Amino acid sequence: MQNSPDPALPLLEVRGISKSFGAVRALQEVDFTLRAGEIHALLGENGAGKSTLIKVVTGVFPRDAGIVRIGGEEVAPRSAKAALAAGIATVYQEVNLLPNLSVAQNLFLDRQPMRFGIVREGEMRRRAKALLAEFGLDIDVAAPLGSYSVAVQHVTAIARAVDLSARVLILDEPTASLDRHEVEILFGIMRQLARRGIGIAFVSHFLDQVYEISDRITVLRNGRLVGERETASLPRLELIRLMLGRELAETTSARASVGEHKVREVCASFENYGKAGYVAPFNLELRHGEVVGLAGLLGSGRTETARLVFGAERADGGKARVEGAPVRLQSPRDGVRHGFGYCPEERKTDGIVAELTVRENIVLALQAKRGLHRPLSRREQDEIARRYVKMLDIRPPDAERPVGLLSGGNQQKVLLARWLATSPRLLVLDEPTRGIDVGAHAEIIRLIRELCDDGLSLLVISSELDEIVTYSDRVVVLRDRAHVEELAGEAVDVGNILAAIAADGAGVAHEGRA
Amino acid sequence: MTALLPRRGLAQILALIVILAVDRVVSPQFFDLRLQDGRLFGSLIDVLNRGTPVALLSLGMVLVIATRGIDLSVGAVMAIAGAIAASLADTHSLAVVLAAALGAGLICGLWNGFLVAVLGMQPIVATLILMVAGRGIAQLITEGRIVTFSSPDLVWLGNGSVLGLPVPVAIALGMLILTGAVVRGSALGLLIEATGGNARASELAGVGTRAMILSVYVWCGVCAALAGVIAAADIMGADANNAGLWLELDAILAVVIGGTSLFGGRFSLLLAVLGALIIQTMNTGILLSGYPPEFNLLVKAVVVLTVLLLQSPKLTGFAGIAARLRRTKA
Repeated sequence: MQNSPDPALPLLEVRGISKSFGAVRALQEVDFTLRAGEIHALLGENGAGKSTLIKVVTGVFPRDAGIVRIGGEEVAPRSAKAALAAGIATVYQEVNLLPNLSVAQNLFLDRQPMRFGIVREGEMRRRAKALLAEFGLDIDVAAPLGSYSVAVQHVTAIARAVDLSARVLILDEPTASLDRHEVEILFGIMRQLARRGIGIAFVSHFLDQVYEISDRITVLRNGRLVGERETASLPRLELIRLMLGRELAETTSARASVGEHKVREVCASFENYGKAGYVAPFNLELRHGEVVGLAGLLGSGRTETARLVFGAERADGGKARVEGAPVRLQSPRDGVRHGFGYCPEERKTDGIVAELTVRENIVLALQAKRGLHRPLSRREQDEIARRYVKMLDIRPPDAERPVGLLSGGNQQKVLLARWLATSPRLLVLDEPTRGIDVGAHAEIIRLIRELCDDGLSLLVISSELDEIVTYSDRVVVLRDRAHVEELAGEAVDVGNILAAIAADGAGVAHEGRA
Repeated sequence: MTALLPRRGLAQILALIVILAVDRVVSPQFFDLRLQDGRLFGSLIDVLNRGTPVALLSLGMVLVIATRGIDLSVGAVMAIAGAIAASLADTHSLAVVLAAALGAGLICGLWNGFLVAVLGMQPIVATLILMVAGRGIAQLITEGRIVTFSSPDLVWLGNGSVLGLPVPVAIALGMLILTGAVVRGSALGLLIEATGGNARASELAGVGTRAMILSVYVWCGVCAALAGVIAAADIMGADANNAGLWLELDAILAVVIGGTSLFGGRFSLLLAVLGALIIQTMNTGILLSGYPPEFNLLVKAVVVLTVLLLQSPKLTGFAGIAARLRRTKA
């Protein structure tokens, strides 16, 4: 789109960056190259490592390995402030300025024009006004920043960064809370800055916007670099394949384990089930001894579907049936009462109770189901905990250890144990393998198949397409908060899922999420 | 090394022993007990008796704090219950008096619980409303006067004795056992700790977190009302202006001294009551020592700081590092 002033020399060069959090390897030898005057999209699903990469480059997290060069010179910022001094500015989705101060004060925070130790308010406002005028913004700079829209706040943050002589501008989901018109304004500013030779890296989940604005695309998956392409020569289907799937060859053989089975009885069914502004009404049948996978991009309505099915969110229309009988699912308690279980994606905030022991976490749902007046005795609790610690190989095998001290994979097993202890008929698993090391990953996939063979009905969300294809009997594909396709039997393969996700994508205009 | 780390309850027991020892020094007859008219007398009994209101408050408060809440209104609820009890004492039977006063406490608890659990208000703000309004309600009931009574039944409640123990102490003991039996005998304890530890996760596990939160505020209101009745019975009158004044802070202090975190989760009824006793042992000791009661506040602050330092993981961390350093030098 733009001609770089000196395309030979990259502006920002990131080479071989690695970063681990405990046992989880968030980034593995990731490279990233940003040229002067280009707009470069950084893409990937949740947990791909985009935010970690940004935070490592800007010095918020220390890195384990790798180097960062700006204009050929190696830099190692230790804080966001040091990164700014080196010429890298970051604007996050939640603008990190001070809403109670005026626009002018925000722009010149820490470097107000002074005379005799007194801030020259008039001078500061005049300069703030001039600065924002460059960005086509004519507003009262004396008013508090918080009184303006998120778009204005973003532009203010960008103006501040550019005025601090940033050469590299990183925008983390800048358009997530903007409407279409505001997005246009922001894009205009981004193009203008690129013409001035500033390199812009931006993260977004809206593929249409990526194709509209970016010159090049870098895709991360599971902490690894999977591709760096020119936007113009990367078809949308190929991009989604990079974001979601591994090599197709890997998956076809694994798929053989899901054989043909006899017709199974329906466990739970949902008819025209949905909620306005959440997920469009869908039909879904879940059968005993069957795994149904939910596939789609981030924000496509996968988690939303899971929460509706479990009862964590109330539907505003449609019918739900369990074993053929109509039921009302108004709360998680209803879901639990009907024999549903739900392992949420955010284990720490929605799953475990960190300070309670493994034993207490395991018996929690069963105890809630039994009610207050039928407490499990300590002996029963010990027995249940012992059984599942052994069955799921939870480590360390100490039921009295606070669950917060366990690794991610073992916490996930504790959550599985919590639901298995309730003898559920349906388990909803949201990204059961996210943030889990490789060994535990394979174990959990094996468990999913075993549980299914025992007659349990499973609804599993995963961003890993080859994983979903491995264990699913059927796959429901979601796009833009609606169920768009259901694949069964031979049709369940990565190619078909990708095609369903990408279909019509170009025609769908993304309105910014409010 | 592990012997250096304070085990659960050890810090509190040590603190109580140290304060008792100091009390013994300032008042040599501190541990003297004598039996008179079938009732025990002595400074220790006095500590238990005076400590009853805060101990009762802390029984309710510890459950509220375990759900990550707080109840600032307990002092005001004491005043309301005391005012009701005093107004009815001379015209109604003890059963009616108790039912009316405790019923008022229950309604107060429901109100707080409704604001917090159903409307989702922040506990500190929600209970501040009743803290302010409650005292006004109590003053309306007593019409601004100090209402006195002479009903022997109610007077017995504050000054009588059973099995040698003052009636208030026996009541507090009974309430401790009752609360313990309900909370630990049922699944309530686990579900309250889960709710306080992570309300979102508990809700998704099927725990009725709203019901949990509502019930702890109700219980806190009932405990506060009982404390109010006992305080009124003790002085044979209700003073709406001063009954239970600032006691909410002592109750919170007792809970914190008892090792329950204001961030919710794990709690201990027994240690909360022990916390209340630590506070009262201090108060009584200062009174006996002849120092002006103004010292009370400063000494209290120092003791609280000491107990909290003993519980602090950072400090035990330092102790660990120091021990390692000593070992490497040796």
